[in-house]
Amino acid sequence: MSRELFKFKGGVHPPEHKDESTGRPIHAAPLPKKLVIPLRQHIGNPAKPVVNVGEHVKKGQMIAAADGTVSAAVHASSSGIVRAIDMQPVPHISGLPDLCITIETDGRDEWIDHTPLDYQAMAPADLRMQLRDMGLAGLGGAVFPSAVKLDPGAAQTCPTLIINGGECEPWITCDDMLMRTHADAILQGVAVMRHLLGSSEILVGIEDNKPEAIAAMQAAASQLDFAVEVVAVPTIYPGGGAKQLAEVLTGKQVPIGKRSTDVGLQVFNVGTAYAIARAVHHGEPLISRLVTVTGHVLRPQNVEVLIGTSFDTLIQVAGDRDNSTGILMGGPMMGMPVPNLEVPVVKATNCILVKSAELFPPLPRALPCIRCTRCADACPASLQPQELFRFAKAGDFGRAQEYHLFDCIECGCCGYVCPSHIPLVDFYRYAKSEIWAHEKDKRASDLARERHEFRLFRQEREKAEKAEKLAAKAQAARTQAALDQAQRAELAAAPPGKTEPDSAAPSEADAKKALIAAALARAQAKKAEATPRNTDNLSPDTQHEIAEIEARRAKIRELARKPLESEEKNT
Amino acid sequence: MLAAILVMVGIAVVTGLILGWSAIRFKVEGNPLAEKIDAILPQTQCGQCGFPGCKPYAEAIAKGEADINQCPPGGEDGVKKLADLLGIEPKSLDETHGTPKPKSVAFIDEQTCIGCTLCIQACPVDAIAGAAKQMHTIIAAECTGCELCLPPCPVDCISMVPIAEDLPHWKWKHPVYEIKAAELKRVA
Repeated sequence: MSRELFKFKGGVHPPEHKDESTGRPIHAAPLPKKLVIPLRQHIGNPAKPVVNVGEHVKKGQMIAAADGTVSAAVHASSSGIVRAIDMQPVPHISGLPDLCITIETDGRDEWIDHTPLDYQAMAPADLRMQLRDMGLAGLGGAVFPSAVKLDPGAAQTCPTLIINGGECEPWITCDDMLMRTHADAILQGVAVMRHLLGSSEILVGIEDNKPEAIAAMQAAASQLDFAVEVVAVPTIYPGGGAKQLAEVLTGKQVPIGKRSTDVGLQVFNVGTAYAIARAVHHGEPLISRLVTVTGHVLRPQNVEVLIGTSFDTLIQVAGDRDNSTGILMGGPMMGMPVPNLEVPVVKATNCILVKSAELFPPLPRALPCIRCTRCADACPASLQPQELFRFAKAGDFGRAQEYHLFDCIECGCCGYVCPSHIPLVDFYRYAKSEIWAHEKDKRASDLARERHEFRLFRQEREKAEKAEKLAAKAQAARTQAALDQAQRAELAAAPPGKTEPDSAAPSEADAKKALIAAALARAQAKKAEATPRNTDNLSPDTQHEIAEIEARRAKIRELARKPLESEEKNT
Repeated sequence: MLAAILVMVGIAVVTGLILGWSAIRFKVEGNPLAEKIDAILPQTQCGQCGFPGCKPYAEAIAKGEADINQCPPGGEDGVKKLADLLGIEPKSLDETHGTPKPKSVAFIDEQTCIGCTLCIQACPVDAIAGAAKQMHTIIAAECTGCELCLPPCPVDCISMVPIAEDLPHWKWKHPVYEIKAAELKRVA
């Protein structure tokens, strides 16, 4: 069963600290009174709420639907009443709030009706849609919607399916514990993936510092009716990175700008495989996950947690200790500092690491970069971290991109080996987010330019259309006039018997005059008909009054004219 | 001698024809420099530079009729980029054309709006939806924050709302860390 393994470039050996949290069995976290479930738990579009405030929801009920292909639905983790759909703090380094659905649990933990899916009878596209609507996203940390990854695309099949049990990040043991306890279920999920991707080769890569997990997976794999090769890979950080594990197992690298399916590979985390097994074989959407709570706590352990449970609850479960210096979501290499303990566990939360001054002594102050290139030796992505640092620091993002900034997986190896203790990854994250923001601005300004140009074009077009309309109207009037002329000439010429032929012109003028006279008469008759006028039917008194007013007016006019005349005389 | 002259003249005529033909065949449409300048300008179409839109300003810069520091929405950064492109010294923004403001979008108070369509006519990017005697509203995703809709509004129902920082718009800040030299200096 020995397989030729490959090596990826670089990598480091940080202290593992895995034993702390593997000693205790997995417990289910207590059902909290309040669940805060964020709608943006995966990469892509956030889910759209489909429940109202005040509504009663059951455990596993969809509370927000997937919005588009690259998205995943969100479900109620327990039964209860929707109390709010608003902005709540979420686990993010910025501490900014995001849209969440808050459920007040009723303690009954009542499931919706759920039945297993007969996945082999379903069309692959339907099954993928079903998985998207069951909220499945990669549980390794990137939370990319699994349905998208389970589509082999134009190639129809993806020959190699890799299950990632590497878990190279120090302190984290949730995948290890899951493999030890639920190896059968993980492989049931693998069977579903194999069905969707049509893979012929299935490899499970596990770092050789997890012998129990390797044994459990090998035992489970031997019971299957299809071949699954469980491979122990050397322990080296970041050997559990998807690209790194794929390279170690197959020797294949994913070229820049290509997807792993383009080279016939797809990598899934063991947690995702387990979640797919729960979804397909039990009809349960993704509402809970295994979380390692470790570091500066009394009882470091792995806990089965409902999505939406607060970090604080879990730290209480593991035993709170004084003098903690901060919380990381994830491990010490790639983890993200979380400024608020009230934030909920999301699909991406694999570990809650409580820091203390003894476990994580503050880094010595940074020194300037001496360009020793130790970071370049450690970089598993074959980049030049010292150059990237220089460009990012100087704001020369174009050059940073030329040096393949976006191939950086932010594993933190460069900063780990840096003798000057420069927080290198922070610079790459800064540069990446500046480039993204710049691209966003560029798109916005291109849109504005396009819309402005279209507006100018539209105004021109409207002007032209108006001019055209006016011209057409004038033309129509001219042709009408010409037609009338011709008609009248014809009319005049038509009855030659009545009048003499040479008096055609005068008779035409007469006809016109008669017409005008008739019209005038009609108008006058109409005017006369418009009764009563206010000067008709007046009493003699009023008539007298009117006469007086008229006389006064005449007098004033006379007076007004006189000074003018006298002035004229003077000049 | 004559042969040599004829050969030279022949070559001159042939190359002249090729050059003349390619000048017509590969003629560059528009002013490429103005287009490059236009790509740097922020496209708010606000007219603060004194030109009716970003493109006329870009053309004026290309012709040397306008200075590069007349665009407040572009800010000092924009001036620097223009200076880089044109190979001239960057200068500070001309305050007579206004000062940079935080990015905002217009907001119509729909209770006060009387539906006069004056703002719709003023919007340079058609980002206001509405019709005569109907309520108007801003299409926030397309608003450039140019403020041109503010003056024509007879009931002053339009206000500018700064874009708040939320998760999708959040950016990593430039890392700030103290280096050892600073610490030593402070101790000393």
